[in-house]
This record gives sequence, structure tokens and C-alpha cells, in this order.
Amino acid sequence: MNEKHNIQLSINGSQYTADVEARLLLSDFIRHTLGLTGTHVGCEHGVCGACTVIMDGHAVRACLMFAVQADGLEIMTVEGLSEGPEKLNALQEAFREAHGLQCGFCTPGILMSLIPFLKNNPEPTEQEIRYALSGNLCRCTGYQHIVDAVLLYVERKNS
Amino acid sequence: MKPASFKYIKPESLEEALEVKSEYGDEIRILAGGQSLIPAMNFRIMQPSVLLDINMLDSLSYINLDSNKLRLGAMTRLMQLENDSVVSKNSPLLEEALPYIAHPQIRNRGTVGGNISHADPAAELPVVAVAMNARFCVESICGSRWIKSKKFFKGYFETDISADEIMTEIELPLFEDRTGWAFQEIARRSGDYAMAGVAVLLTLDNDNICNNARIVFLNMGEAPMDTNKAVGLLIGEVLTEELIMEVADLASQQEIDPIGGIHATANYQRHLANILTKRALKSAYSRVQKHE
Ligand SMILES: Cc1cc2nc3c(=O)[nH]c(=O)nc-3n(C[C@H](O)[C@H](O)[C@H](O)COP(=O)(O)OP(=O)(O)OC[C@H]3O[C@@H](n4cnc5c(N)ncnc54)[C@H](O)[C@@H]3O)c2cc1C
Ligand code: FES
Ligand code: FES
Repeated sequence: MNEKHNIQLSINGSQYTADVEARLLLSDFIRHTLGLTGTHVGCEHGVCGACTVIMDGHAVRACLMFAVQADGLEIMTVEGLSEGPEKLNALQEAFREAHGLQCGFCTPGILMSLIPFLKNNPEPTEQEIRYALSGNLCRCTGYQHIVDAVLLYVERKNS
Repeated sequence: MKPASFKYIKPESLEEALEVKSEYGDEIRILAGGQSLIPAMNFRIMQPSVLLDINMLDSLSYINLDSNKLRLGAMTRLMQLENDSVVSKNSPLLEEALPYIAHPQIRNRGTVGGNISHADPAAELPVVAVAMNARFCVESICGSRWIKSKKFFKGYFETDISADEIMTEIELPLFEDRTGWAFQEIARRSGDYAMAGVAVLLTLDNDNICNNARIVFLNMGEAPMDTNKAVGLLIGEVLTEELIMEVADLASQQEIDPIGGIHATANYQRHLANILTKRALKSAYSRVQKHE
């Protein structure tokens, strides 16, 4: 039962190899085994979106996958967004300027949901942005500033 | 770690998967998109001793159009269906229902076979399947068989699949000519399971007399709730405002069995079912007209 499975995967461009128990969630693997604590964990049943990561280009819930399933895949977490811990990418910068976060607990999941969305839809309407954000809960901002941040990013990107 | 321990098996082929499935029977669970199974395991509502991960079986992921049927491989992700022009052109009822299912992040993993096999009476695709008279292909080491959607859903989370079987294909017949469609639901928040929802199909003859109709509800009983009496009122008639009201009253008062919950009483669910039926009938009717 507690048999270990060897997995090899790429996270933020670095290769990792590990032996994991099958029941280890991808979210716990990322946080506890690899120490990449930027990916947050809220509900662990798919509702809050805090654990969202990008897997092979798509935003997915890291709490609804087992680490063993990520064998051979490419994952990006919030740590992979900018060039270094002291730097912000353009979307993060827009969040900072537009007050798109308060406590910041939801922010990594929100950013990881938005990156693929904005790639597929570079000029979204406010309505489309709200729909894209509907799978991520934020208990602080009331969402308005998050929407403003995305609009600011889109405006800068397209001007 | 939240889920209980289990043995993990990842077959490379359908044949191998079917063999493993027959060997372990009831002890084993298929892991498709995991978007219903893993939450249940995280809560330890479910503690399967073996998981059969069929995510490597690419042969079960396809969208094919063959003469008058749309064929979907069971492992096709919901997001693939949403972005597919064959689906939008040939199965507009399915296309209309997809964005109501959970959130994009969930649909990136969730599969059509998983959504149907899970048989949640509040889920969208079982209702779409029943409205469209879909059939499901299930396979075991002994061979394959087709199950009609009407016979497939047995009750809350219960289906006609036996312990040694895997669902491999969903077959959706295409609409007859002059068919209008509508899928409508009301949820408290975008992406939540709905308090009420309905799928409607209407087929009219050249004089606009209705000669075929389906009205199927979600979250109104222990399985998708098909309506016969209400549909009976429509057949042979031209749709009028009065008839639509009569049909909605009959369907919402006699043909559903909502149980109510903390977010909506059973009476409120009936009220929503009534309103949705009227809206969906009107929308389906106007779509027949537009397609002239
Ligand atoms: C936050 C959240 C909100 C959601 N909201 C909705 C919603 O509004 N509407 C909705 O419809 N769904 C909703 N879902 C569920 C989601 O759509 C699931 O993806 C879907 O119900 C199950 O598909 P899956 O591929 O993930 O299946 P899994 O979770 O992998 O499996 C579900 C069940 O089906 C069985 N199974 C899977 N595939 C097969 C097969 N090929 N043959 C036989 N048995 C099989 C499994 O063994 C398991 O018992 C939500 C999920 C979450 C986490
Ligand atoms: S922790 Fe994964 S969605 Fe909440
Ligand atoms: S900023 Fe606190 S939860 Fe969103």
C-alpha cells in the first residue's frame, strides 16, 4: 500500500526526481517535498482555487491531482512567473499597482488562472475577466481591484 | 496526507485496464479527471483500495462525427469539447451546457465519461445525454455493450455499469431537421452546482406543429428527470403562450421530485423549474425559427 513511485517532472524549468506515495497530492508535493510554498492550499476539494498551477499550459487544481500523475509533465507555479524572487512580472506589477491583493493568500492561484486565460484571450472584456476569475475565491478584496489590475495589465500590454 | 492509502495502477492499454478491472472488481475505482473522485477521497468519503488511472489511454480521447452521430471518447476532457468546432456545429445543446460545469480549471481535467459515470443528479451532462437519447458503450474483458441513457442512471450516483466494466464511448445522435434546443440553469454562483436546470429540445413540422419534444431536469430527483406528461401536451400542437404555461405547470408540479436543501427549499426549486421551462421552451422555439 505505501509503495513508492518514482516520478520525474519539470517545475518552472528545473527537473525534479522523487519517490512518492501514490496518495500524495500534487499540492502537498509542491509545498512540502519541494518547498515551493508559493502555491497555497485552502479547501483541498477544488473550490477555492488557491492551489491552481499551470500544467502543460492549462490551469489546474493541484489539490485534485496526485503527484504520481504529474510524472513526465511540465508544471509552472507562481515562483516561475518572474525572473527572480525580488522581481515581478507585468501582471504581478499591475496587481501591485491596482491593489489587486490584500492578504495575498488567493493571489498565486489567481495569477496562475489568469496567465493561460490572457494568453488565449489577450483583449478580454470586463465580463470575460470576471468569468475567468469565478473559480478563485478571495476573501479580502471584493474582487473589484483584481478586475482593475487585469484591466490595467491588458491596457498596458495593448498600448 | 488527506486521502487514505491505495494501490496505484496505470495501464498502458485498454486491454490491460479491463483485465485489472475484472481482477479487482468492486475494490477498484477508475481515476479519470479526478475532479469528483479526488475531492471525495480528500474528505475520506471514499477510500478505494485500488485506483486505476486511465489518463494514459489516449485512444479514449476523441471527437468523431460519423454520418448522423457524434462520438466522444470517454476520456475527452470537457475543455476539449468546449473548444471544438465539430461539437459547436453538430451538438449545440451540449455546447450550451458545457460552460455551466464547474470552472475552467476543473474542466481542463474533468472528462465526459467521468461526468456521466459519476451520475450526480445535479450534473449537466447526464441531463444533456438523456435529452438527446444518447447511448454509452461500456467494455469488459467479456466484450462490449451499449446502454441507453434512459436505462443508465439508476439513482443518486448509481449507474448500470458493472464492477468489471469501463465506459469507453458516448454516442450522441444529431438533431432532426427543424429542431430547436435550449439549456438553462440557475446556480447561486458561477460554477456552482445548480439549484435547478433544464434541457429542452423541440422538433416542429413545416406548419410549426410540434412532433417531438424533450424536457429533462437536473437536481430535481435521484437521476435526470425526464418528463412524459408535459411533453405529451406539446405533441401535435402549435406553441402558444398558454400552452407553454400549462406545460411548465404540469412539469414542475407533477413530474419532478426535488428534495430541497439549505440553499433552496423544494418549493423554490419547483418555482425555478417552472420559470426555466418557460424560458427554455421559448428559446428553443425561436431557434427553430432562426434556422430556416
Ligand atoms: C469545485 C467543483 C465544482 C464542480 N461543479 C460541477 C458542476 O457544476 N456540474 C458538474 O456536472 N460537475 C461539476 N463538478 C464535477 C466535475 O465536472 C467532474 O469533473 C466530473 O463530474 C467527473 O469527471 P472526472 O473525469 O473528473 O471523473 P473522476 O472524478 O475521475 O471520476 C468520477 C467517478 O466516475 C468513475 N469513472 C470515471 N470515468 C469512468 C469511465 N470511463 N468508466 C467508468 N467509470 C468511470 C470514477 O471511478 C468515479 O467513481 C465540479 C467539481 C468541482 C471540484
Ligand atoms: S486548495 Fe485546491 S482548490 Fe482549494
Ligand atoms: S487578498 Fe486575501 S484572500 Fe484574496
